[in-house]
Amino acid sequence: MKSKADVVIIGGGISGCGLAYNLARRGVDVLVFEKNYLTSGATGACGAGIRQQWSTYENAELAIASVKIFEKLSNELGEDIEFRQGGYLVAIHDRKEMKQAIKNVEMQRTLGLQVEILDSEGINDIVPILDVKGMKAIGATFCPTDGHANPFKTTFAYANAAKRFGANIYTHTKVTSIKKDKKRITGVITDKGSVKTEIVVNAAGIWSKDIAEIVGVNTPNIPIRKEIIATERFKPMFEAMVISFKDGIYFSQQKEGQIIGGIPSPEQKPGYKTIPTISFMQHMASTLIRYAPVLKHINLLRHWTGFYDVTPDSRPILGETKNLKGFIHCHGFSGHGFMISPMVSKLLSDFIVDGKTSEVLNNLNIDRFKDKKIEHEMSTVG
Amino acid sequence: MKKKAIVCRCEDISLEDVEKAIDEGYTDIEELRKKLRIGMGPCQGRVCIQLVMKILEKKTGKEVGKINLPSSRPPIIPVCLGSIASDKNEK
Ligand SMILES: Cc1cc2nc3c(=O)[nH]c(=O)nc-3n(C[C@H](O)[C@H](O)[C@H](O)COP(=O)(O)OP(=O)(O)OC[C@H]3O[C@@H](n4cnc5c(N)ncnc54)[C@H](O)[C@@H]3O)c2cc1C
Repeated sequence: MKSKADVVIIGGGISGCGLAYNLARRGVDVLVFEKNYLTSGATGACGAGIRQQWSTYENAELAIASVKIFEKLSNELGEDIEFRQGGYLVAIHDRKEMKQAIKNVEMQRTLGLQVEILDSEGINDIVPILDVKGMKAIGATFCPTDGHANPFKTTFAYANAAKRFGANIYTHTKVTSIKKDKKRITGVITDKGSVKTEIVVNAAGIWSKDIAEIVGVNTPNIPIRKEIIATERFKPMFEAMVISFKDGIYFSQQKEGQIIGGIPSPEQKPGYKTIPTISFMQHMASTLIRYAPVLKHINLLRHWTGFYDVTPDSRPILGETKNLKGFIHCHGFSGHGFMISPMVSKLLSDFIVDGKTSEVLNNLNIDRFKDKKIEHEMSTVG
Repeated sequence: MKKKAIVCRCEDISLEDVEKAIDEGYTDIEELRKKLRIGMGPCQGRVCIQLVMKILEKKTGKEVGKINLPSSRPPIIPVCLGSIASDKNEK
């Protein structure tokens, strides 16, 4: 193992590998520690949907900028990440939701996003198998450039490209401690040895709380178990991801033909338990069929769990800790860390290499929780 | 001409595909599975995983017994969404 590095990243998910690539390509000597295998955290359990339709400026801005990167990413990394743009159809169920949708769309359009509001008939033009009455929709918003990518292939492609630029990635290596003097980071200790470094990035997903605790930093994140299903494959019937903030459901048909989808489970609790529940399966199946009755004939193949690393405002925590130089946060992604990772890792690498900060980075600093009023992201599912 | 040996029938993955991925550095059974989708089809690896472990052992020298088996996911056997949902409606 190397004895020193410019930057040490803790966590080999999409965040850690994306950042390793962005740093390595700029000549930074970067090292990643992953306690298990790459994609073993939330990244390997996720739906990997890519949505730009958010209610808060920061999430929308990060997602929009990320889509521009995703569009060229297979080329840039030299591996196919299976990025596909089938759009996201967001169901609107009542007047209150319509009011919020109009507000969201207005904000999203100021950021240059192509997004429209559909009436109930417009829904079936986009996804013919939906039962508009059954889903109790009065309309929807639709953004055609939203989409999906393969989370494994994207993470592996980032990691492979990072290695080509000289990054060192150690899997099955667990960070057990972090060294610091009064005001700055000095090194990282793992179960396989230690490294000297002045910069540590905490990209440890739901375990980021434990990592922050090592250096005495408190984070407000809570791990919440999520469940998700995959069906058998069948002929392509729709391309858009269908979601509802009210019912919390999301589902889409992948390129190969299977449906991937989730919904908040009735027994959802904070904690680290990973066992799938029957009540989720029933709730998911019955809601899915209410939305698209023809799916009742489709077989469910697999059902697994993962975790959302949830912050009080459902927005990530990014950037340096004020009183501990070199300790950088990159976690709290709640249910949407995959889709914004290209831009997040770019912003953080610009900060680490050039000291450059931005409005989004400033707004998402951990310090925001000291204020009593935080702006909450309204548009969440799963 | 040598015939192609299929390792994973659900995903149509050949021996060559597996060996190539291992050569590319996917030497962890989980990474290999996620790269190739082995064990993610209807059989959930019941047919292929043992084979893949053997290939992995042969190529990397890692003892199979020391490699964790990937988990099989419920419902193990495919069940149609209609039956799962009907159970709830009949309550
Ligand atoms: C069911 C589900 C569906 C989702 N759907 C979507 C979606 O559609 N779109 C979207 O954008 N996002 C989605 N998400 C969220 C997304 O998966 C996460 O936000 C994202 O993957 C976070 O990536 P990460 O790299 O930050 O964290 P992770 O992928 O969790 O990676 C953290 C890594 O750190 C490692 N680690 C922890 N502690 C240590 C240590 N001490 N030493 C070394 N390594 C350590 C872990 O092993 C882990 O691999 C979903 C999540 C779930 C659970």
